[in-house]
Amino acid sequence: MTTEEPITGPQQALVRARGLRKEYGRDEGLVRAVDGIDLDIGRGETVAVMGPSGCGKSTLLHLIGGLDRPSGGELWLDDRRIDGLGERALARLRRREIGFIFQAFHLMDELTARENVELPALLAGRSPRDARMRAISLLGEVGLADRSNHLPSALSGGQRQRVAIARALVNEPTVVLADEPTGNLDSIATYEVLRLLARLRASGLTIVIVTHDERVAATTDRLISMRDGTFVDETRLLGGTRGKLAGFIGLDR
Amino acid sequence: MQQEVVLAMLAKEPSHGYELQARLGRALGPLAEGINEGQVYVTLTRLEKGGFVARVDTPTERPDRKVYRLTPAGQERVTEWMSDVSWPRPDLTEFHMKLVAAAQASLADPISIVDAQRRELLRRLRDATSAAMQEQEGSGSALLLEGIVLRLQADLRWLEACETSWTDRSKDR
Repeated sequence: MTTEEPITGPQQALVRARGLRKEYGRDEGLVRAVDGIDLDIGRGETVAVMGPSGCGKSTLLHLIGGLDRPSGGELWLDDRRIDGLGERALARLRRREIGFIFQAFHLMDELTARENVELPALLAGRSPRDARMRAISLLGEVGLADRSNHLPSALSGGQRQRVAIARALVNEPTVVLADEPTGNLDSIATYEVLRLLARLRASGLTIVIVTHDERVAATTDRLISMRDGTFVDETRLLGGTRGKLAGFIGLDR
Repeated sequence: MQQEVVLAMLAKEPSHGYELQARLGRALGPLAEGINEGQVYVTLTRLEKGGFVARVDTPTERPDRKVYRLTPAGQERVTEWMSDVSWPRPDLTEFHMKLVAAAQASLADPISIVDAQRRELLRRLRDATSAAMQEQEGSGSALLLEGIVLRLQADLRWLEACETSWTDRSKDR
């Protein structure tokens, strides 16, 4: 664990968890996927969660995003307690407050890029005209203005993920949750997504990313390592190295 | 500056240090900032003493515009370098022994050594990834940065294996 002070106190934390637990099964087959986690994520902070498969990192993300309900502990989002919410309230929360980005993009195959982005806006009760304007504007921001009428099947992996990112932003979420956002992407597409995430960070969005990709983790503010349902290490990465890049390959010698 | 790099850049045509410096800058992009301005000239002078390059007579006497060409010995050295398969060794032994010694003599907790190292490499990866993100796709320097990123990723994965192994060992004790 780092000895540094948290950069935000509980009052400013956008996401706050205390003793958060999620268990599956019972008796012999009991699995403690998330085993008593305390977490504060500040407004505008970008946090990466890494760890081996099965360490509970995706479950943690699902709890924060209201895709799953905790077995115990407390969970706040934007000063509102959400661990006890019912199914309908959770669905509402997911639509309005959370932007999800998944490894497999999860776009609707039969809808165009623009329609995919529009859909959650319509579900959240925006007018068709408003939803359409927002979708067009967001597709422009992710560099896909000229692809808005394409079906996902006509787009590359990197382009599909950019559509998914635009979709995640359409309802101006409080927090964006990304589960392995570069897991299905080649190196060039990974950098496309990283550039986009960097711009979102710069605009002050709060982002939580579960990832195996050290490149993704290294570009966040804070890296949390998880094992067996608990946090085993936290690293703040702000600032980078003091040395010159060229020093890494011995060019400065 | 590695002598072979300067020699190989002269293989295309006779050139002066200033031009070589500029070509090096284009090939290395953001990594070129680590190169000391004088290094190319120092290397050229050494190569001249060694008989690998020779001065081409030119009207100008400006030291940075002295034109050099490869000698037959220089040409031979470049050819050898091209077919040479030696590769920089990542020195993992030193770090490995640091962990072993730390545990055996109770000098420090191997896991905290691994953690500190991991943080350092993550910060380097952050710098390298940020630089790669700013590069034009397909540029020569983007490719070099990608190599640096991949090596750091490999090192980080090895550190993860170190951490797992030393965590298990400390449990067994």
